Amino acid sequence: MNEGSARRPRVGLFVTCLVDLMRPSVGFAAARLIEAAGCEVIVPAAQTCCGQPAYNGGDNTSARTLAMQTMKAFDGLDYVVAPSGSCAAMLKLHYPRLMAGDSEAEASARAFAERVHELSSFLVDVRGMTAVPGSFSGRVTYHDGCSGLRELKVREQPRRLLSAVPGLQLVEMADTETCCGFGGLFAVKFAAISNAMVTAKCASAAAVEPDLLLAGDLGCLLNVAGKLSREGSAIRCRHFAEVLAGELDAPPIGAGREGGAA
Amino acid sequence: MTDRSTFEAAIAAALADEPLQLALADVPAGFVAGRQRARAELPQFDRLRRTARDIRDHILANLDVYLETFEANATKAGSQVHWASNGEDARRIILDICRKAGARVVTKSKSMVSEEIELREHLEKASLDVVETDLGEYLVQIRGERPSHIIAPAIHLRVGDVAKALRLQHSHLPGDRELETPEAMITEARQVLREKFLAADVGITGANFLIAESGSAIIVTNEGNADLTMSLPKVHIVLTSLEKVVPTFADAWPLLRLLARSATGQALSAYTTIVTGPRRQGDGEGPEACHIVILDNGRTELLASDLRPVLRCIRCGACMNYCPIYCSIGGHAYGSVYPGPIGAVLSPALGGPSATAHLAEASTFCGRCEEVCPVEIPLVSMLRKWRMRDLSRPSPTSRKSRALLRAWAILAARPRAYRMAARLGVRVLTTLSGRHGRLRRAPFASAWTRYRDLPAPEGRTFQEQWARRKRIDRAEPT
Amino acid sequence: MSRERIFAGVREALSGSGNGRARSRAVAERLANPPLHPAGATGAPMLPVELATRFKAHLQRLGADPVEIAREGEIPSAIVNYLTARGLPMRLRRANDGPLASLPWETAPALTLDTGSAKADDTAGLSHAVAGVAETGTLVLASGPESPLTLAFLPETHIVALKADAIVACYEEALAMVVASCGGRLPRTVNLVTGASRTGDIGGKIVMGAHGPRRLAVLIYGPHTPSVPVSA
Repeated sequence: MNEGSARRPRVGLFVTCLVDLMRPSVGFAAARLIEAAGCEVIVPAAQTCCGQPAYNGGDNTSARTLAMQTMKAFDGLDYVVAPSGSCAAMLKLHYPRLMAGDSEAEASARAFAERVHELSSFLVDVRGMTAVPGSFSGRVTYHDGCSGLRELKVREQPRRLLSAVPGLQLVEMADTETCCGFGGLFAVKFAAISNAMVTAKCASAAAVEPDLLLAGDLGCLLNVAGKLSREGSAIRCRHFAEVLAGELDAPPIGAGREGGAA
Repeated sequence: MTDRSTFEAAIAAALADEPLQLALADVPAGFVAGRQRARAELPQFDRLRRTARDIRDHILANLDVYLETFEANATKAGSQVHWASNGEDARRIILDICRKAGARVVTKSKSMVSEEIELREHLEKASLDVVETDLGEYLVQIRGERPSHIIAPAIHLRVGDVAKALRLQHSHLPGDRELETPEAMITEARQVLREKFLAADVGITGANFLIAESGSAIIVTNEGNADLTMSLPKVHIVLTSLEKVVPTFADAWPLLRLLARSATGQALSAYTTIVTGPRRQGDGEGPEACHIVILDNGRTELLASDLRPVLRCIRCGACMNYCPIYCSIGGHAYGSVYPGPIGAVLSPALGGPSATAHLAEASTFCGRCEEVCPVEIPLVSMLRKWRMRDLSRPSPTSRKSRALLRAWAILAARPRAYRMAARLGVRVLTTLSGRHGRLRRAPFASAWTRYRDLPAPEGRTFQEQWARRKRIDRAEPT
Repeated sequence: MSRERIFAGVREALSGSGNGRARSRAVAERLANPPLHPAGATGAPMLPVELATRFKAHLQRLGADPVEIAREGEIPSAIVNYLTARGLPMRLRRANDGPLASLPWETAPALTLDTGSAKADDTAGLSHAVAGVAETGTLVLASGPESPLTLAFLPETHIVALKADAIVACYEEALAMVVASCGGRLPRTVNLVTGASRTGDIGGKIVMGAHGPRRLAVLIYGPHTPSVPVSA
C-alpha cells in the first residue's frame, strides 16, 4: 500500500527466457529485491525472449520482431529491469542499433533503452540500495558475465551488494573477467572449446575454495554449474539475486534435493 | 583456406595437442601481463586509443589522396612505387625486380602481407634462395609451416621443437654440439643467418606504416633483422598494403606508442626504423634501389563495405592474445593467414567469403578483443556482420543451427504458444531429471552433456508461478 | 593497370561521403597543420635533469648500460673501461659524425680503431646519437656519409655517445632535432634504438643478440642545459 504523496516506481521485470524456463527462483529473488528497493513489480505476460539468439546469429529481422514485441509489452512502465547482463545489454544497447535506419523506431528504442537496467545496477545506481534482505555464512566467489561487464560496465555493483550481506565472505578468483565459454549456441556448436574454457573457469573457482559461485547471468551459471557438477565439485552455484534476497529455499543450480547445503 | 568441417577437425586436433596447449598456456603470462603493465604505466593509454582510432578513420576516409601524396613523396625521395591489385600482381612485380637485379639470395623480414600472397613459395619456385630472417619466421620456414601468430610466428613451439628443427636444418654443423638452451639456439641461428644477410642480393621487408608527408616507410622489429635485410643488399623491396599509409609523423607517434605496448608490453620495440628512399650521394652503404609494392587484395572492397573499421588494424596481435578461443586452439587451427579475432573478420574478405566466413561462428562475443584493440575496432559487431552475411547464404554446416534459431524466434514471437511450449518443456525436463536436479545425458543436447551436466528446471515456469501467486494475492481478503 | 584499378576502387568506396576535391582540401589542410596529439609522457613539464633521470631509468630497465661522463674528451677512455670490464675485445669501429672524429683517441692507445661501414667481424661499433628520448629511453640515430647505420647492427656491442642536453621528452622533439641536424630534411634512415637486439621466439624466453647487437652501452657526456623546463 502506498503511503505519502509519491507513488512507488513501477518496474517491469524482464524475466529472461532462461530464468522463466530454467530457474524461476531467480525471478522471485529479483522481484523481492526490487520491492525491497521501494518499487512495485509488474511482470508483463507478453514477454518471451529478448532476441539475442537471433541477433547474434545475424538474423536482424527476427530480432527486430522480438524487440518490438518486448518494447510494446513494457510500455508505460517506469523501469525495465533484468536479472541478466546479456539480456539487459541487448535491450539497452542493441535495440536502438537494430532500429537504425528507421528514425521513429530508433527514437522509440532509445527512449525504451533509457529505462532499462541490469538488476544490480538498478539497485545500486538508480535506487541507492545499501542494505539487502539476505544473509549468508560462507565463502562466495563472483564470476563476471561478459556482456554485463563489457557492455554495461557492471562490475562493482554486485560486489558492493554482496559485501553488504551479513556473514558473507567475498573472495575473488583469478580471471573473473575471462569468458566461461557459454556464448549461447557456442556452447553446443563448439562444445570442445567451450569445455576447455569452462574447465579453466572451474579451476579458477576451485583455487579459492568457495562454498558458492555467483554470477548475474543464468547462461554462465548453467554452464559453470553443469561443469562443476560433472566434476563432482563441492562448489555450488546460484544467481547473486538469490543470496541478496535471502531466497535460498530452492536447491543450488543443478544440485537437486539431495544436493549440498549451499 | 579450409571449410567448416576441416576447421572442426583442426580444433579437435589442437585441443588434443598437449605440447601446443602448454605453449598456449604461456600467452597470458607473457603478452597479456605485458600489456597490462604497459597500460598501467601510461596514464593516457585509453585516450591514445581514441586518438589512434580517429587518425585511422581519417586516413581511410581520405585514402586516395593520402596514397597519391605518399607516392609523390616516395618518388621524390628516390623510391619506386608499384601498385598490385592482387597477390598475383604483387608476386609478378617482385619476381621481376629480383630477376632484373640478378638476384640469387633474398633475405626477408617479417611481413604478413607476404604470407597473404604466398610470396616466398613463388620466389623459391623461380629458384631463388629465400631466407626468413625473423627468428620465429625462420623456424616456421624450416619446419614447412605457416606462422601461428602475427607477432610471434613460432609461439606454438616449445624449446625442444626448436632444437630439433635447427639440428635438422643445419646438418652441416657438428651433430654433437650443445643445443639445450635458447641462448645456444640463438647464437647458432645468428651465425647461420648472418651469412645470408651478407650474401643477399635483394632484401624484402614489410612496413608497419607509410608516411605520406615524406614518402617514408616505418619498419619495426625487436631483432634488428629488418635493418640488416634492408641495408646490406643492393635492392630493398618494401611489400605492404594500402591501408598502412599515415598522414604525418605526428600521426605515426600515437600509433607507435600503442603498437608495442599492445603487442608485447614493451614501450617501444628495440628497432623502429624510418627509411626514406635508397642510398644517397656520399652514403657509404645502403641499397641502390628502393621499391615499394602496395597491395590491395580485397581491401578496396572492405573500404566500401560496412566492415571498413577493420582496416584501422595496426597488426599488434592483442586481440588474439586476449581471445579465449585463440588461446584454446592456437593460430594454425584457423587455417587462415591471419588468426584470432582480426583473422576471423579480415580473412573472409581477402580470400573470398566461402573460404573462411565460418571463423566468425567460433566466438562467444565476450568482447575482450575490442576492449584491448588499440584502434577500437568494433570486432564483435564485425563478427556479427559476417554472421549476417552467412544468413543470406548459409553454409551447409550452419543450416542446422539456423533452423533451430529460426524455430526459436518464431515461437518467441507468439507469447501464448511460447508459454504453452515452455510449460510442457519444463515439465518434461524436470521429470527426466528426477530428484537429482540435473541430467547427465540428454540425447537432444548431447553436445552439452558430453562435457557438462544439464541443470534441471524447477517444475513450473516463472510466468506460471507468478500468475498463480497473483491469483492467490487477489483472492486473499484485504 | 593495377594503379588505375586500385584508385578507381578507392574513389568508388569513398564516393558516398563527399567528393575528391573536398578530400584533397582536407588532406592539404591536415598536412600543413598536423594536429597535436597527446604525447607519451605524463604531462607536467620536466627539467632537463628530470629528463635525464627518466632517460637513464628506462635504459637501466632495458638492460642498456648508461654511463655518465663529464666531458666528451673522456669518451675514448670510458670505452676502454667499458670493454675491459666486460672482457671484450679492444677493437672499435667508429662513426665520424658529431665530435667523434676529433675526440682524443690517443688517450686510448689500447683500442684498435677503424672507421667506415661495419664489417662482419667487427666486435664493437660506436655511433653518435642525435637525441635521446626520455619517454622510453630511446636513442635516435641518423644515417649519413659520416654515420653508417651498420655500426648499430653488425657488431655484437653497440656503444652510443649522447650529449646530455640532447635528451628530450618525446619522439616529436627528437625527430625535429634529426631534421634540423640534416639540413632541414630527413636522412635516408632514422634508427630509433630502444635497448639491444632481442627475441622471445624460443619458448617465450627473452634472449639478446638475435641478429643485432647483444649489448648496448650509452655514454652520456657533458652538462645539462640551464634549468629551463621543457614540455613533456
